[in-house]
Order: sequence, then structure tokens, then C-alpha cells
Amino acid sequence: MTATQSVAAIGRRVLPGGNTLTVGIVILAAWVLVALLCPWIAPFDPISQDADATLLPPNPAHPFGTDNFGRDILSRVMWGTRIDLQICFIGVAFPFVLGTIVGAVSGYVGGALDTLLMRLIDIVLAFPFLVLMLAIIAILGPGISSFYIAMAMVGWVSYARLVRSQVLSLKHRDFILAARSLGYSHGRILFFHLLPNALASSIVFAMSDCVLVLLSGASVSYLGLGVQPPVAEWGVMVAEGQGFITTAWWITTFPGLAIVALAMGFSFLADGLGDKLGARP
Amino acid sequence: MHRYRFVLWRPFQLLPVLFGISVLVFVMVRSIPGDPARILLGVRSTPQAIARIRAQYGLDEPLWLQYFYFVRNLLQGEMGKSIIYRVDTLKLIDSRIQPTIFLVLGSVLLAVLIAVPLATGAARYRGRLADHAIRLISTIGLGLPAFWLGIMVILLFSISLHWFPVSGYGSDWAERLHHLFLPCLTVALALSAVLTRNLRASLLMELQNDYVTAARARGLSENHIFWRHVMPNSLIPTINLLAVNIGWLIGGTVVIESVFAIPGLGQLLVKAIISRDYMVVQGVVLVFALATVAVNLLADLLTVALDPRVKL
Repeated sequence: MTATQSVAAIGRRVLPGGNTLTVGIVILAAWVLVALLCPWIAPFDPISQDADATLLPPNPAHPFGTDNFGRDILSRVMWGTRIDLQICFIGVAFPFVLGTIVGAVSGYVGGALDTLLMRLIDIVLAFPFLVLMLAIIAILGPGISSFYIAMAMVGWVSYARLVRSQVLSLKHRDFILAARSLGYSHGRILFFHLLPNALASSIVFAMSDCVLVLLSGASVSYLGLGVQPPVAEWGVMVAEGQGFITTAWWITTFPGLAIVALAMGFSFLADGLGDKLGARP
Repeated sequence: MHRYRFVLWRPFQLLPVLFGISVLVFVMVRSIPGDPARILLGVRSTPQAIARIRAQYGLDEPLWLQYFYFVRNLLQGEMGKSIIYRVDTLKLIDSRIQPTIFLVLGSVLLAVLIAVPLATGAARYRGRLADHAIRLISTIGLGLPAFWLGIMVILLFSISLHWFPVSGYGSDWAERLHHLFLPCLTVALALSAVLTRNLRASLLMELQNDYVTAARARGLSENHIFWRHVMPNSLIPTINLLAVNIGWLIGGTVVIESVFAIPGLGQLLVKAIISRDYMVVQGVVLVFALATVAVNLLADLLTVALDPRVKL
């Protein structure tokens, strides 16, 4: 993960102490706090419209300005945190679980099943990532649940490859041999002995994958195929503001900055975890 | 010329992947709920047309035979009709492919033009301020959502400075170049972040090689060593990186075409999804997948041509 590595390298230089894990946790904790507390700290309702306050530039009452419906951008960015964090977590959890199981079984069982699954991965990788995802969304119909399903169907390949390679390198180690000679079942060896040791690098990858999932989710929503308006999601907000870009720059600018800031938090966390666990995918 | 023998058999190696792509697309289109004939023809279709489509795609036959008909139709360039535009999908794709190709080529060109000087600067002044600054810039470039970056670029160059048009494609070559510059720049900024990082790393690796020391011992100038020896060797992994990123690049153009309203394949795909024009979705997805496979094959070829040590 060159991206996160270099983010961390800069983090170490810029930040005193240079603990990227802490920085990542602090940024993410701040976002999680915003997501939890937004009903109380958001100054306005994210979807209530105010015909007297449309397209106001940033001012003391509306620090991020208002959009064409008079909705407060700051409040919408805050409420959007809930949706976009959810996109990251669900969008990573499904591929993680699916890919881990497939990769572990494929690597442990080997043989024809392994060959078949690896060919399937080659085929999925032959498609441009976003295009395959859009094709699946096309069949399921636009919406955020379609995005999650598409993400699971496309994203599992990275985890499967990663876990498979770990399992392959671990399965002939002495402790597995020992477990075998104790007569443990294959399921027990695979899920209680191999997997815990194989997971470190895919957990680190999952953190940096959050960045990719966040950007994909926001892009799909921007294209009108993911989260649907009037829900306050950052990609949707950018799309809604694009029509007013000549007169009201603030509608698109602030949600985009929020995406960048959240992505940075995940990058730092991924790298800090990578250092801690000694695992780099 | 036995080094190039793989040119002949490599395409055969790709057959399983091509087969897989066709099966995947076939399964995807067949899993759309509803009568496939109506999906192919749209809601308002005559019984005669439905009967004709049923025969052409073998919709009353078993599934494996349907797949056979699907592939046969594909090989004959028959991808069905667009319900919305009422033309053959292949014709539609043909009329939309040009902007996308230029967008991809222009983005790669601009990305290389941005990345090579930056990576050179970072590698030659390693550990100094220039290196840190360049790495910081390329890191920020990676975290930016492309659609948002595009709008920010419009805000700066089109709306504030009036240098470039806000969106669209233009009718003659000069206009098209003018229209495509900002979209290319947007994709290139994101791509050059990856390229800079990678090229810098491979330049630093090359600089440690013995042949660099030998060249210095022979009294060659640093510039000569860098540009004639180190740079060509460092470009080979970068070409592979470009090929690996072609899928990402195509995904980027899908989004960017929508941001800048460029009438290319990406915008066609997004509009087809929204209007449930499934034959167009199928066609564009197939073209994008084939292009990805083809570009990777081309990169293999280029690597062999550039590096005599590599045999495939």
C-alpha cells in the first residue's frame, strides 16, 4: 500500500511523536463522534428547507453556507457522516467476510477448487472495478443496497487473494502439523488455527480499502446510482451543488473536503495498524 | 526473433479469461428480472418482433444453447438494439468511443508529463525539501475523489480564469482539444499521484545499481547517466503500472465524462443504467473489459520490446 505508506511517512515528519496509529484513531474518532452526536451538534435539520435562506454564502449562522433549498450545508455534512461511515463499514465488511472465507478454503483445500476459484478471480479482475460494479447495480436497480451487493461481489477478490497466499504459506508450518497430529478436524484447523494467523494483513488492507470503498460509494452516489436524494450523503451533495457551481461554490466544496478528511483518517489508521501488526499487504 | 514468439500464443492464453468474461456478462443480463425478449426490445414491442428475437437468441432453448447463440451473435457484431436510442448497440458504441479513447490517451500523456519531472526531482533531491513537497502533493492527489476534483478544476480554470469551457465536447479538432484538456487534467492529477510515487521508487532503486557507479567511474556526467541509463530502465515498471491501472483509469473516465458532460462511453453507460437500456449496458461493459485485456497484452509486448532480459 504505497499510498498509505507515504501518507504515514509524511505524518511521521509533520506530526510530533509521529504515531500514525494515534493520528488515524483521533481523526476517525472525531468523525464517529460527529456521526453519533449530529442530532445535538448540527445547528439545523439536514433536510428541512428554508425558502428565505437559499444559496447563502458561508456566514456566522451558516458557517458552510446554504444550498438552493435553503438547507444548511454544515448540518448536511455532519449528518452525511452517518451515511458515509456506514458505506465504509458495510462496504468493507461484506467483501472482507466473503473474500476471507473463499481465500481460506481455497488455499487450504487446494486442487481443482483452488484452480477454479483463482480463474474466477482472474475473470473478475479482467473487468474495470467500477464498471463491473456499475453493471451489477444496473441489474439490481440504483440504490445503496445495490451498491453494497455490488461491492461484495467485486471487492471479495482482493481479500481472497491475500488470505489465500497467507494460508498457503502457513499451512505447512509446524503448529498446523501439530494440530493435525492431534486429530483436529479440518474446520477447526482452518478457522481456529490458520485464519487467526492469516488475518493480520487483510485487516490492515481492510482499513486502506475503506478509502477505496468510500470513494466508490461517493462516486456511485454522485452518478445518481447509489444513495438517493434528499438523503445527506457527501457524493449526493457534490452532485446537487454542481448545477450551482458558478454562483455557490460552497455547496460542492465542503462535502468534498469531508470525503478527503475521512479518507485521510483511514489511511493513517491502516498504516499505523500495519506497523503495529508487522503486516503489510 | 524467438523473444517475440509469445506474441503468437499469448492471445490463446487469454481465451479462458475471454470465455469467463462472456459467461459473466451472459449471466448478468439473464439475471435481470422479467422476460428477456421484452428486455431486449423494450416494453412496447410487437408479438412478431418478440418471436423474432426469441428465435435469434434461442430463448426457448436450454441455457447452454442460449449462451451459444449469445456468443455467436456477439461474434457477428450483434449486440442488440438500444431501447432508448433505437439504433444498434454496436453503432452507438462506435459513435461514442472516440471521446473516451482521447480522454484515456490524453490523461495518460498528461500524467506522464506531470509524473516524470516530479519523480525525477524527488529522486535526484532525495530527502530534501523538494522531495518532501513532491511526496506530499502526490499523497494528497491520491485521497481526492475524482468527481469532486473535476468540479474544483472547473471552478478554478473555467469559472474564475475563463481559460477552458465548463463542459461538452466541441465539433472540430481544436475545440475538442480545448474541451478535453480539463477532464484529462483531472484524471491525470489522480493518476500522476500513483505514477510519481512508483517512478520515484524505481528511480531510487536503479540509482543504486553497479552500472551507475561504473558509469560515474568512466567519467560520464550525472545528467547523461540519469537520462540515458537510469530513466529508461525505470520506465519499464511504470509502463506495467499504467497497464495495471487501466481498469482504474476506465472507471475514472466513466465518472469524469459525467462530470464534464463528454459524450463518451462512460456517460453512455451511466445513462443506460438509469434508463434501464440493458443491451447498451452489456455492450459497453464488454467493450471496457476487452479493452482492459487488450491493454494488458500490449503492456506485456512493450515490456519485452523494451527490456531484452524479459522473456514471456
